[in-house]
Order: sequence, then C-alpha cells, then structure tokens
Amino acid sequence: MKRTSLEIVVGAFLLAGFISFSWLAVKMGDINPFQSETYPMTARFTSISGLKEGSTIELAGVVVGKVSQIELDAGDYEAVVHLNIDKTIELTDDSIASIRTSGIIGDKFIKLTPGGSDIMLEAGDEIDETESAISLEELVSKYIFESE
Amino acid sequence: MLKLLARLGENFLYLLETTGRMGMFLGASFASIFRPPYSIYAIVRQIYFFGARSVTVILIVGLFTGMVLGLQGYHNLKQFGSEELLGSAVALSLIQELGPVLTALMVIGRAGSAICAEIGIMRHSEQIDALECMAIDPLKYLVAPKFVAALISLPVLAFIFNIVGIFGGYLAGVVLLGVSEGSYFQGMYNSVEWADIRLCLIKSLIFGVLIVWICTFKGYFLHLSRTGVFGAEGVSRVTTDAVVFASVSILVWDYLIGSLILS
Repeated sequence: MKRTSLEIVVGAFLLAGFISFSWLAVKMGDINPFQSETYPMTARFTSISGLKEGSTIELAGVVVGKVSQIELDAGDYEAVVHLNIDKTIELTDDSIASIRTSGIIGDKFIKLTPGGSDIMLEAGDEIDETESAISLEELVSKYIFESE
Repeated sequence: MLKLLARLGENFLYLLETTGRMGMFLGASFASIFRPPYSIYAIVRQIYFFGARSVTVILIVGLFTGMVLGLQGYHNLKQFGSEELLGSAVALSLIQELGPVLTALMVIGRAGSAICAEIGIMRHSEQIDALECMAIDPLKYLVAPKFVAALISLPVLAFIFNIVGIFGGYLAGVVLLGVSEGSYFQGMYNSVEWADIRLCLIKSLIFGVLIVWICTFKGYFLHLSRTGVFGAEGVSRVTTDAVVFASVSILVWDYLIGSLILS
C-alpha cells in the first residue's frame, strides 16, 4: 500500500512537470504541432535595419506570418527577405510590403497593404512594391543638416 | 620559511588530489548507471525524495519570486511608460535565470544536505564497507539512483517554478497593479523563444548533476576529508561544506553556461 501511494505521488509530480513544460513550449516556444500551413514569398528592401528572422508580418494589424530568412543580395546591395504567409491569405500582385516599427522604440515588423489588382501572387513570387525601414535618426539628421 | 613552502605544496597537492578524486567519482558513478542490475524502484523513491517532496517549497518560493519580479518590474518599467513589457520581463528572467538557479538552491537546501549527511553517516558507521564486503557496488546502489533522479527532477521542478512564477507575476502585475491582462500574456508569448526554454532545460540538467556530485562526494569520502574529525562532528562539517560548495558552484556555472550559450 505504501509503495503504491509513493508511486502515485511521483507520477503526479512528473505529470505536473510535463504539463508545465509543454505549456511553455507550445505557448511560447512556437513549437506548435497544430501550426497552420504557410507558403513562401520574397521581398526586396534597400534597408531592413532592425528587422529580424522571426519578426511578424501584419495585414490590417493582424499577424498573418513570419520572416523566415534574411539574405543580402551582394550584386544589388539589397536585402532579400523571405516571408512565410498563412495559406488562407491571398495577396494581389500590387500589394505593398513596408517595414514599420510598433511604437517609437518597439520591434520592427512588416506591414502588408493589399492593392486593387485582379492578379494574385503565388507561392514563391516576389512582392515588387516595398518601403524600407524608416530610421528616426536619419530623418532627424537630415532635418538638422538641411537647415544649416 | 621552508615550512611555509612545504605547507603551500601540501595544500596544492591536496587540491589536485581532491579534484582528481572528484572526477573519478563522477566517472565511476555515471558508468555504474548503465551497468545492470537496473533498479527502477530505487530511482522512483529518489525522485519522490528529490522532486515530489520539494514541490511545496518550490511552489511558495516560485510564487513570491514571481510576485516580487512583477512588483519591481512594474515600478521600473512605469518610469519609461512601458508597463506592457512586464510580462516578457517576468517570463524571461524566470525562464533564463531565476527558475533553474533558485530551484537548484532550494534542492540543495532540502535534499542535497540530506543526501550528504545520509551517505556521510553510512560511511561513518561502516555501512559502505559492509556493502563492499557483500560485493554490492556502493556507487551503483547508493549514488547512481540519485544522479538519475536529480536529472529527472530538477528540470521538472524548474518548469513548475517557471509556471508558478509567471502566475505570481500575473497576480502582482495584473491583479494588484492593473497592467492589462492581454499585454502581460501576449508580450510574454511574443518575446519568449524556444531557445530560452532550452537554456532553462540545459541549466537545470547541469545543476542536477552538480548538486548530486558535490553532495554525495563530500559524504562518501568523509573519512578522507582533511579536517581530520570523524563521527558526528565530521558529518556536520562535510554537510556544511557540501551545501556551501554546491551553492557557489551553481552560481558560477550559471554564469558560465549563460555566457557560453547566449554569446
């Protein structure tokens, strides 16, 4: 009898640990077994300063994907950003991808603005219309040095 | 003068000898884990002792650590008007540092001292020699189950600590101080990465090995400790030594692992 109750306590203990671990892993670690499917897409920017792999992509303020990879095109001196976008979202070929900051000092994210074209982009296509990151410091320094 | 040099050399040799013996002890204990006979029940009993009975203290310490983090974090972040970062601040400091470290310190206090004293008394009352006479490997019989149990229990306790701490931060930050519930949890989900959780896991595994290693070593070689006192006083001394040494090593290794993995 003693032996059984000890095993029950140990079992409950291990179960509690396993539940805590999986809650952390699924909720925060993005290890989600039920992840919705995505399709890849690329976009070129002249500057992405501050954007990271894993940054979010928003459409109308709703998160619809993540940045999967960032490369430098050494020929054009442009940043090539690979995007993973939710399967359920279809984008027109004149959609605009712009890099924005949440708040003044917040994280960088990509904002998608849909256009009015009839032609839809397919998996692997490139978003042509892009707006690069706006650097507050650059704007301020431009203002200061132009007014001299 | 010559005497002083001789003393210095003697100390250095003792240090080398102890380090070597500790290494061999760890190696032999780990090797004995994989040698039959495997006694699952001994491991279960050790998990009960190490893990299950530490849950109460972990719950209390975790809750209050989280609440303090929530309170302090709130007042610091409020100066910059960014209370919405509270959730991620609490969760990251718990998962990366406080969870594994405080869990390890609690386990040292609760279980580490106990296993050191237990093995020390077994050595003193010649029970370990008796085991050897019966051709039972004392490392396999006494030490190996403790290693396995610590490797299983420490991560489990650390994750329970994290969850309870996050709940404590929620109590202090959201319920008492009025941070919005959405920004607390959403900020947390966005900022905590799988890498942070892995760091917590690695840290608690290494801490588990360190705790059992130091505490059992000190007790097991009670008769070789240089203080020269045996018996009850000797046991009390090695137990104190073990607790201090284990706690210090935990904090040193915490920094080393952190700098190695975060860099």
